[in-house]
Amino acid sequence: MADVETTKKAGSGGVRDARRTWDEKVTSSSRQRDVEFTSVSGEESDLLYTPDDVAELDYLRDLGFPGEFPYTRGVRLNMYRGRLWTMRQFSGFGTPEDSNRRNKFLLDHGQTGLSVAFDLPTIMGYDSDHARAEGEVGVCGVAIDSLRDMETLFDGIPLDKVSTSMTINAPAAVLLAMYIVVGEKQGVASSRLRGTIQNDLLKEYIAQKSWIFPPEPSMRIITDIMEYCADEVPQWNTISISGYHIREAGSTALQELAFTLADGFAYVEAGIKAGMDVDAFAPRLSFFFNSHMDFFEEVAKFRAARRIWATDMREKYGAKDPRSWLMRFHTQTSGCSLTAQQPFNNVVRTTLEALAAVMGGTQSLHTNSMDESLALPSEEAVHVALRTQQVIAHESGVPNTADPLGGSYFVEALTNRMEEGCREYFEKIEKLGGVIPAIEKGFFQRDIAGAAFRYQRAIEEKRQVIVGVNDYVDEGEEIKIELLRIGRETARRQVEVLGKVRSERDDEAAASALDGLRRAAAGTDNLMPHFVGCSRAYATEGEMIGVLREVFGEYREPPIYW
Amino acid sequence: MPARIRVLVAKPGLDGHDRGAKVVASALRDGGMEVIYTGLHQTPEMIVNAAIQEDVDVVAMSILSGAHMTMFPRVLELLREKGVDDVIVTGGGIIPDEDMKELAGMGVDRLFGPGTDTRDIVTYIREAVERKRGA
Repeated sequence: MADVETTKKAGSGGVRDARRTWDEKVTSSSRQRDVEFTSVSGEESDLLYTPDDVAELDYLRDLGFPGEFPYTRGVRLNMYRGRLWTMRQFSGFGTPEDSNRRNKFLLDHGQTGLSVAFDLPTIMGYDSDHARAEGEVGVCGVAIDSLRDMETLFDGIPLDKVSTSMTINAPAAVLLAMYIVVGEKQGVASSRLRGTIQNDLLKEYIAQKSWIFPPEPSMRIITDIMEYCADEVPQWNTISISGYHIREAGSTALQELAFTLADGFAYVEAGIKAGMDVDAFAPRLSFFFNSHMDFFEEVAKFRAARRIWATDMREKYGAKDPRSWLMRFHTQTSGCSLTAQQPFNNVVRTTLEALAAVMGGTQSLHTNSMDESLALPSEEAVHVALRTQQVIAHESGVPNTADPLGGSYFVEALTNRMEEGCREYFEKIEKLGGVIPAIEKGFFQRDIAGAAFRYQRAIEEKRQVIVGVNDYVDEGEEIKIELLRIGRETARRQVEVLGKVRSERDDEAAASALDGLRRAAAGTDNLMPHFVGCSRAYATEGEMIGVLREVFGEYREPPIYW
Repeated sequence: MPARIRVLVAKPGLDGHDRGAKVVASALRDGGMEVIYTGLHQTPEMIVNAAIQEDVDVVAMSILSGAHMTMFPRVLELLREKGVDDVIVTGGGIIPDEDMKELAGMGVDRLFGPGTDTRDIVTYIREAVERKRGA
């Protein structure tokens, strides 16, 4: 042991001395084309990394093998040789009929999982005929008012054959309940349903801002869902702990990683506090990250994420089931890295980002379409985006080898730096009293807004070049791209169906189910069976959320922009 | 010395994407303007009331949800109803060119899309307000 130590030190010292000589040579004889070299997050990079930068790395302790603790190199033993990542394109617009057709189109073209985008009224818990829904019905996603719409959305799609991810947060329990009832009607037991609800309210307060209730009742709904699913829907991912929106709101890669993990641990603590065994719910927690333009920074972020999660779940939270240690995640390429100018360049950006996600070991992937800076994607653009993944999967050779960048001095040093940065952030959050107090103090919001403003300044001062935007601009460019537009007839049709549902349902049954929900909300009963009951009775989403608004109240954020 | 330009930066509708609004608010503040930020989830009524109460020169709305063809006309209409005719209504977000043209026809001032340099927004607002005050 002593000998190994001595050799390592001598070797390391040798590299260090040689490096110093080389550095002097570089400084004295080479000109630099720029004064600083930073990542997209503003982190400085060195010109070169050597064994000296990773001298402390212990292979078995810090990296290990794929499918084994601490999962730095991936969560599956044979990674993509066993199964490729799930190609999951987020989709949803217009009426349930429109989205049903788009989903069938994607499944016919080789997509292997569904991912549903909801419109803003659905996300905010308003029915399509509510005053606040005006102008928003079916625009950002599909409109869902009642079970009838969910039946239409999944018409002809057997729920035991697909896995479905639903991007829904505050009303996640309602949409999951409706999905369970659609399964019942198809003869598929809830134990066979596979999928994910996003259900990550902490990041809503931090970044995406589609909250409804204050943090405390939100956390209660989440733990109710975790508890219910552990028994009734065991294959369901109950929370998709999301860094995606934190990044899109302007954070750096490190902030994305640190805040997302902090949220994840906050959910674990909430589950434990609600009296659950950590291994009863932790295996169903999954993650959702952004993949931005800085290739190596992203790969390092994914690797560090797995290592931190595994370490803390085992060491700090006492999880014993390896499935609680391993972090599974979905990745979406970065929407905010795309440009309205020269939109075809976005295909290239998305390819690089997708490649980083695959090299980072993602379990599923959404590739953005080239026209998303302009509007909802057209079918042609979605087609290219899906094909991008298939080219990486089948032509690049990248999936043949697990964690292909592992062992790179640069990537390992970056991975370590990500982890250290995270630990510093965890301490700061702890000092503020935890994630929810930090939200209430505006800590995350300010930190992210600051990073977003610095990034914008870097672009404007051309320290960060964006091709086609602040350099290589095509003067007088006219953007010619076919756009998908949602007409006003969508809202009209949606309101019509809603009216029909209300007139045809057994009103008494709906009212009594809603009353049960109200009582449960005011008390401590698990809310999930009530959402399922309300859904069966064709109570609308707006009615269910309306009841909870009365009981729980609404959250208001102080308007701070700096 | 002319009075400092007062701008209401507003987020109408249910859209929570406030990155652009905040970045622009910071840039306007750094450009020497008085910025009032409404926060999220504002109705057109709330925005117009705030504009009147705060006596602003400019209402700048950020919309990334596709609801711009509802929100901009409604704010214009409410301002007119309340007899306000000296406030510049501008904004930005994901707004297709043809919609920008249609909104311009209704009386909305310049709208800014993705990739805009915030210095252009500062200059534009300064010049537009000076023109209005000079008129």
